[in-house]
Amino acid sequence: MPTLYEQREDDHPMSNEPPKKSIAAGKVCKKIMADHFYELDEAARTGSRKIAWCTSVGPAELLRGMGFLVYYPENHGAMLGATRMATELIPYANAMGYSPDICSYLTSDVGSFLQGKTPLTKAYNIESVPRPDVLVFNTNQCRDVQDWFAWYARHFGVPLVGVHTHRDIGLIRMYQIKDIAQQIEDLVPQLEAVTGEPFDMDRFKEAVELSRRTSVLWRACLESAGAVPSPWTFFDATIHMGPAVVARGTAEGVSYYEDHLLPELEQRIKDGVAAVEGERHRLYWEGMPIWGKLRPLAEQFASLKTCVVASTYCNSWIFDQLDPADPFESMARAYTELFIARDEAYKEKYIAQCYELFKFDGIVFHDAKTCPNNSNNRYGMPERLGRALGVPTLTINGDLCDLRCYSEEQAKTNIEAFIEQLEE
Amino acid sequence: MIGANNHDLFVGIDVGASRTKAAVLDAGKNLLGHAVLRSGTDFERTASAVLEEALAMAGMPGRDGFQCVSTGYGRRNVPFRGDTRTEIGCHAKGCYHEFPEAVTIIDIGGQDNKVIKLDDRGRRLNFKMNRKCAAGTGAFLEEMAMRLGIPLEEMDGLARASEHAEELGSYCTVFSGTEVLEKIRRGIAVPDLVKGIFLSVVKRVLEMDSLSERVVMTGGVVAHNLYLVDMVQEITGREVLVPKHPQLTGAVGAALFAMEINANTSGRGNR
Ligand code: SF4
Repeated sequence: MPTLYEQREDDHPMSNEPPKKSIAAGKVCKKIMADHFYELDEAARTGSRKIAWCTSVGPAELLRGMGFLVYYPENHGAMLGATRMATELIPYANAMGYSPDICSYLTSDVGSFLQGKTPLTKAYNIESVPRPDVLVFNTNQCRDVQDWFAWYARHFGVPLVGVHTHRDIGLIRMYQIKDIAQQIEDLVPQLEAVTGEPFDMDRFKEAVELSRRTSVLWRACLESAGAVPSPWTFFDATIHMGPAVVARGTAEGVSYYEDHLLPELEQRIKDGVAAVEGERHRLYWEGMPIWGKLRPLAEQFASLKTCVVASTYCNSWIFDQLDPADPFESMARAYTELFIARDEAYKEKYIAQCYELFKFDGIVFHDAKTCPNNSNNRYGMPERLGRALGVPTLTINGDLCDLRCYSEEQAKTNIEAFIEQLEE
Repeated sequence: MIGANNHDLFVGIDVGASRTKAAVLDAGKNLLGHAVLRSGTDFERTASAVLEEALAMAGMPGRDGFQCVSTGYGRRNVPFRGDTRTEIGCHAKGCYHEFPEAVTIIDIGGQDNKVIKLDDRGRRLNFKMNRKCAAGTGAFLEEMAMRLGIPLEEMDGLARASEHAEELGSYCTVFSGTEVLEKIRRGIAVPDLVKGIFLSVVKRVLEMDSLSERVVMTGGVVAHNLYLVDMVQEITGREVLVPKHPQLTGAVGAALFAMEINANTSGRGNR
């Protein structure tokens, strides 16, 4: 489920960034991302700080609060996708028995490790991903993350710990929250064994508070797309969510949204600046980004005067339930109430609420071949939601990273035909 | 004066992955000329050639004053187009022209299938294209005909001659080919195999979407294998309508769009 693809300066025609109506805050975003990787790289080389690998919606606040630097392999997976390195690396993991039908973050990331190739080299001159001292997962998003981290745990001989979340939940019950809170708390001694330092409750609470503030600000940024015309697009948000993922629980994360991105978006709304010139249609994107095709997709939608205003995906890093007064339980709540861990009825209600907020005219479902967890078209949801909201839906077949599963020509025609339909 | 308004001749060019089709209409929406050619690899040349044939049939060889919309996979490779529309839009338009009612269109083309639902005003309610693979398309039939060593044009007659469809189990064209070979070895009669192959095509399209009361079938594969229509009727219990020129539906729809663009000066420009 994850994040970020790296913004690059060399915006030549083959690069994969969304077309520029550039958001000035992007420079700061880029620096935060670069610093994140430099800091990890330095720690890995010198052993100055302990490094925890964490799933993108894993218990990052606890890790921050215990002094770890946190690395997110899904972020690396997204970079492999965005740089289109993934498709050639996936087969190396396939050949080791990891099926082409499972998460292509997993397969491209393991393939990249086996081949000693990482997009970090070109982007930051960093030779390899940082060696972990511990791997920490939460199965709230899928089982693949556990299998993925298990591969590295075996390889590096470091501990693998995690939280097993209830899945496909409708109404969340207190016993579920208590269970998850307890599981998170149980991580503490295991993590203390890695850091060699006692757990510091105040530091933990501070990380929870910083993460909460980041979330509140990130939500405000996303909700700014409710303005007509929208000041930014889903494709922009896939870049600017970087700090909400990797820097949550830090002061830099808060400052990025508070001092840079949100004011800029608000200013755009005041000035009537449209992300898509002459915005005629507004769409909701349900499912994973197709990382290797962000730019052509952004361009196609823009040429059709269509702004993809919002997505479940970018909304997935809003954890404003976090509360430093009750850190374990509020974390349990935040990481269990997630869209991806919920049942169909909840998900439909959620998208219906987004419909009220973002005023879209249609929904694009991305059926990602290797991620059933984020492909919500598979149990009749487009038909049900289309009827309930009275908006047309379109399903595109593709994948987050494995471009062998994507027929660009077909997708383009489908999108064009969908917009024609909206114009009828 | 291609692209300007006030024309009285309207051309639709449908550049499909397998065949390129042209339709020439007059202002009264009468089909004056049409043609179909293999698309080949040089779409521009094929588009010009198919246009020439259709114009000749219309009794106006070499004419260059017309409004043209192109559609299909190679729609942007038609040098003389005034505008483009997707094949989904053009099939809907072409169908509604002949059957002005709420219908579900099943189009079976050389490399893709479409199911399009229209309301009683001809507006699209939704559409689906086949997923990534060739199952259920003309390419599947071609491959199977090749495996059986039967000319494609004989498939329809053979399927009709059978009383028992020998069903194929696999989605995959290559695996189906293997299955066919295995059945030949077991001595299954060729007509039964062909009927099973047709049944596989029909199943693949019917599983794409639900159908509304009225169904129209279009596309080159339907045009040359009308037994598919009988099969869909039998399986669904619905009457299935077929346009006079099923293979030209997209091209006719494109020509009708050309007419609309001509009528209302706000065309969308070359795309
Ligand atoms: S399977 Fe899906 S949810 Fe799980 S890590 Fe991969 S992309 Fe994310």
